[in-house]
Amino acid sequence: MIGIEHYLTVSAALFVIGIFGLFLNRKNVIILLMSIELMLLAVNINFVAFSSFLGDLVGQVFTLFVLTVAAAEAAIGLAILVCFFRNRGTIDVEDVNVMKG
Amino acid sequence: MISADIQTMMPEIVLAIFAMGALLAAVYTTKDGMAPLLTWVTSGVFVLLALWIGTGAAQTVTAFDGMYNNDGFARFAKVVILLSAAAVLLMSQEYMQRRGLLKFEYPILVALSVVGMMVMVSAGDLMALYMGLELQSLALYVVASLRRDSVKSTEAGLKYFVLGALSSGLLLYGASLVYGFSGTTLFSGIILATADGYSVGLLIGVVFLIAGLAFKVSAAPFHMWTPDVYEGSPTPVTAFFATAPKIAAMAMFARVVHDAFGGIVGEWQQIVAFISVLSMFLGAIAAIGQRDIKRLMAYSSIAHMGFALMGLAAGTAFGVQAMLIYMAIYVTMNVGTFAFILSMERDGRPVTDINSLKMYSKKQPLMALVVLVMMFSLAGVPPLLGFFGKLYVLRAAYDAGLGWLAVAGVIASVIGAFYYIRIVYFVYFGEENDGLDGKMPPVLWITAIVTAAIVGLAWVPGINLFGIETIAQAAAATLVN
Repeated sequence: MIGIEHYLTVSAALFVIGIFGLFLNRKNVIILLMSIELMLLAVNINFVAFSSFLGDLVGQVFTLFVLTVAAAEAAIGLAILVCFFRNRGTIDVEDVNVMKG
Repeated sequence: MISADIQTMMPEIVLAIFAMGALLAAVYTTKDGMAPLLTWVTSGVFVLLALWIGTGAAQTVTAFDGMYNNDGFARFAKVVILLSAAAVLLMSQEYMQRRGLLKFEYPILVALSVVGMMVMVSAGDLMALYMGLELQSLALYVVASLRRDSVKSTEAGLKYFVLGALSSGLLLYGASLVYGFSGTTLFSGIILATADGYSVGLLIGVVFLIAGLAFKVSAAPFHMWTPDVYEGSPTPVTAFFATAPKIAAMAMFARVVHDAFGGIVGEWQQIVAFISVLSMFLGAIAAIGQRDIKRLMAYSSIAHMGFALMGLAAGTAFGVQAMLIYMAIYVTMNVGTFAFILSMERDGRPVTDINSLKMYSKKQPLMALVVLVMMFSLAGVPPLLGFFGKLYVLRAAYDAGLGWLAVAGVIASVIGAFYYIRIVYFVYFGEENDGLDGKMPPVLWITAIVTAAIVGLAWVPGINLFGIETIAQAAAATLVN
């Protein structure tokens, strides 16, 4: 029998992978965007699992909001990334370093 | 029923419709030619909305089944947000126009982010809070990278975006745990669910929520984005970041911890106190090595957020009152300081190096006095306005039994005074160099003089800090009871 704790474990694992992807990744800004998406999807799994466990629809409504906002967020992130690429000529994380300190 | 709900959030709806209408109008007419006019109109709309909200009936109304609050606390925060956003827009018009930065999207994006902030401070539900927060953040990511052809500005936007998205993720993960372990996303429901005991899961959720909120107010240890974003963004945008979003995030912080978790004060109090102490010391010490005035203001704002959080850490109505007073004072000082920073240029080009301030008093004695008043006030020297802000939060912390926090605050404020006073030293005693042009556009001049007068004269008997104490008290009373 698959219970709520299994879903929570999966989503916690995905969330942690997302955070680690954000901090350990030294290669590419696109991977940062993927990690952010992974974190938000982990949260969605949490919401849907709780919603079904509690028999309460609010969690699923919240998930729809999160999905919508995540799409808008990815669009804006990519737009800023394109502007950055035009100026810097690279999207390596190591090169996002004009300002330091 | 629904019409009463809509009536409650009328100011937000009006502002959102104005932003969308302005977008259409600008696209179908002269585009960027409309920008100066649009900036003034947007600013005017902000002031009118602030008057509307400020003079409205003093009552507590909830709309949309408790998802949206219109109480004294929200009104106080909204008035401060709207007025500071209006002031910053007015200050930025001339600066941006001269550098070809004034695109018509700028005032519209600022208006949209202000809608988000107004929703944030009124939210009575985790969903409403999240939507408001994202509306504000998404608009701010774009304004941070407004100077599309500059590496610094786009890098600032990129860093802000990545760390902002991370903080939203943390906040959401916390929200999902709180929802799961309390069974509701309504603040009024959460406080009922925690009335008789709470589980560890809920506590973990609260920690994640607070971490996400601390990112938004740029409190240490979640402050990493602040100096880079402040330095890289165009200066008017930096001035905006330092004012309105800070109040909105801080008010939202207070709303969440008191409205939703007011029953478990003892649990979050220690976390907030820890963040507060860390921010105060980090802001005070890290700013000492800074030579760039925008970076310096970033660390200064981290330290000030630490002080505001001290009021919040008290966990009492007086603490919230002290926090509101502190934020209002902080915003006034920052508007004045940025009015001066916006005027810093040499041969028509903006400079941000603090060495350029040397012997500024010879060229502009009056403006040098303004800098002196602002810096002393930021440092908390009596009898200027900044001192009273610190006095309130220290008293709140002490009254709540956090004597150690108050002592740490005093020590941090003494350390922090060093870099403010160094700027004053440069202005009056530094060795002469080619320095600043010393010219100042009229809007900036008036803003700087007016804020300096407010900051310098608030202590005069009879003015009594412009009566902010009683207003903030009434506002805090609607949040904590």
